[in-house]
Amino acid sequence: MFAFIIRRIIQAVIVMLVISFIGFSVQHSIGDPVRDMVGERVSEAEREALRDKLGLNDPFLTQYFRFVKNACYGDLGISYFHNKPTMHVILRKAPATIELIFATTIIILLITFPVGVYSAINPNSWFSRVVMGVSTIGVAVPVFLTAIILIYIFGVELQWLPAFGRGDTVNIWGWETGFLTKDGLLHLILPSISLASIMLPLYIRLIRSEMMEVLETEYIKFAWAKGLNRYRVWLLHAFKNTLLPVITVIGVEIGILFAFTLLTETVFQWQGMGFMFLEAVERADTALIVAYLVIVGVMFVVINTLVDVIYGFVNPMVRITGSK
Amino acid sequence: MVGHLLEVKDLEVKFALRFGDLTAIDGISFILDKKEKLGLVGESGAGKSVTGFSIINLISKPGYISGGSVTLDGVKLNDLTDSEMREIRGNKISMIFQDPMMTLNPVLTIATQMTETVHAHRNVSKNDAMDIALDKLKKVYIPSPEKRLFQYPHECSGGMRQRIVVAIALLTNPALIIADEPTTALDVTIQAGITDLLSELCETDDMGLILITHDLAVVSQVTEKIAVMYAGKIIETGLTEDIIKNPRHPYTQGLIGSIPGTQEMGKRLTQIKGMMPTLTDIPKGCAFHPRCDIGEQICRETTPLLESVDGEKRLIACHIAGV
Repeated sequence: MFAFIIRRIIQAVIVMLVISFIGFSVQHSIGDPVRDMVGERVSEAEREALRDKLGLNDPFLTQYFRFVKNACYGDLGISYFHNKPTMHVILRKAPATIELIFATTIIILLITFPVGVYSAINPNSWFSRVVMGVSTIGVAVPVFLTAIILIYIFGVELQWLPAFGRGDTVNIWGWETGFLTKDGLLHLILPSISLASIMLPLYIRLIRSEMMEVLETEYIKFAWAKGLNRYRVWLLHAFKNTLLPVITVIGVEIGILFAFTLLTETVFQWQGMGFMFLEAVERADTALIVAYLVIVGVMFVVINTLVDVIYGFVNPMVRITGSK
Repeated sequence: MVGHLLEVKDLEVKFALRFGDLTAIDGISFILDKKEKLGLVGESGAGKSVTGFSIINLISKPGYISGGSVTLDGVKLNDLTDSEMREIRGNKISMIFQDPMMTLNPVLTIATQMTETVHAHRNVSKNDAMDIALDKLKKVYIPSPEKRLFQYPHECSGGMRQRIVVAIALLTNPALIIADEPTTALDVTIQAGITDLLSELCETDDMGLILITHDLAVVSQVTEKIAVMYAGKIIETGLTEDIIKNPRHPYTQGLIGSIPGTQEMGKRLTQIKGMMPTLTDIPKGCAFHPRCDIGEQICRETTPLLESVDGEKRLIACHIAGV
């Protein structure tokens, strides 16, 4: 376990260096923050003085190492637009995005596993056929279209659900949560369903095809020959083996889920990190953009490590314990 | 009725395909008594494994039993419901599969895979199930069984895994074990260990054994009776000794003639020409006639019946050799 953690930390550090380097190069080469910070009437000499003061005239690598050093202390620069530490800005927006992703994950897990397993066990039932047909369409429909259609039906025509914003939130130790109010939960429904919609068909198909493959294996045949209860064969013997490839894919797809929060949050005016990021891009708030990339990078690395640990628990062949 | 352990009568298995049904097993019959060991022999595709699976009604779809009966200890298995059949599987009849690398579930411990079988058929406590598992592991001569119990299949070697599979088959003291090519995937030294173990267990535990294999050498060491299968039919059956020494059916002769060591030194091994027909184009008349050296006109037209010859305990389905 110890060796695994060390290896994981080294990998994470390398990944973070690469992400920050790319992010920083982008920041360095696009846009001139000074132009955005000061007005038209400031003279060229004053601009140059400001650049010197901000260290923008130093060599690229010097600037990069200063950036990394500061980042290690939790300082990812000052947002030019908000005029506040970027960390501060992002952390205020993070709960909204994290709650959206959390709710989406719950929806994905609750729907895809039962549906995928059921349609693997009964591939010829009408339910499975309908699911397969709908999921083919579902793969092809982009998330913003799903979102707009959902808003139109449930927000505009039926007026059942709120169509934008987070609704009422409660502040618990600095964490703005929408989970604890009815209004907050209602606001969560449409965005999380939209975001989940891109993953649902993929996972249902993946789980179904993996499970069908597992059901054909010799050890499942042997389990039947042992006279086991059918639910034990399906839900323990087959399902546990189905999980392995599915967990691997989940680890990769979580990154894509983050990427799609940009679209979802924009369509629903969801005040999260994705919405903030797009605003930052429009305002050429480069420090905030880079800070966003770095923080999402950290989250991604942490989640991936968690996924690996879970994988190790399910698959005895890669068990990471060095004990015994 | 005489108390045979297993009586298979006119068993017929078909595969339902889009363009019609294919007959995989075409009316086979055999009888097995307690402590008796029967070898089901034939090339790949002869229907040996399907026969084994159809006894416990576990043929994979689209296969189904279309006729005949299987009777175990006087109970007709065809009439049982799904849950009654589940009670038979792994309890009264156990199976051993070909490849021990594939038979055990890779993500569950040996202990889980053993005790679950006990729990499925016996109402015992966790500790008792553990004790039974441990006892059977000892019975198949697994060194330090207490340690093995908590390992995963990938931590054991192939021979070890097959012993574990045999131990699982023994958990409920079954009346019959169906071993489907149990030694094919193992190397020769380990093969002998497994076959010796199986014969020994039949003797000590009063079990019947059906040994499905293409390996006549293994069959001759273990079993008392042989049934040779070809294209879904039994074409010759009798006592192992008689058949090995004096095969009558041209196909059996070909099988035995092709074993290295049965010929004179320096002579070429005989070989059966051609291939086993696929289920879609089984020849008319005797299914073996295109490959047969002694075939005559009648073989092309009428299917020979399995009939006893010389009043021996020998049945042969051949127009020429059977007379």
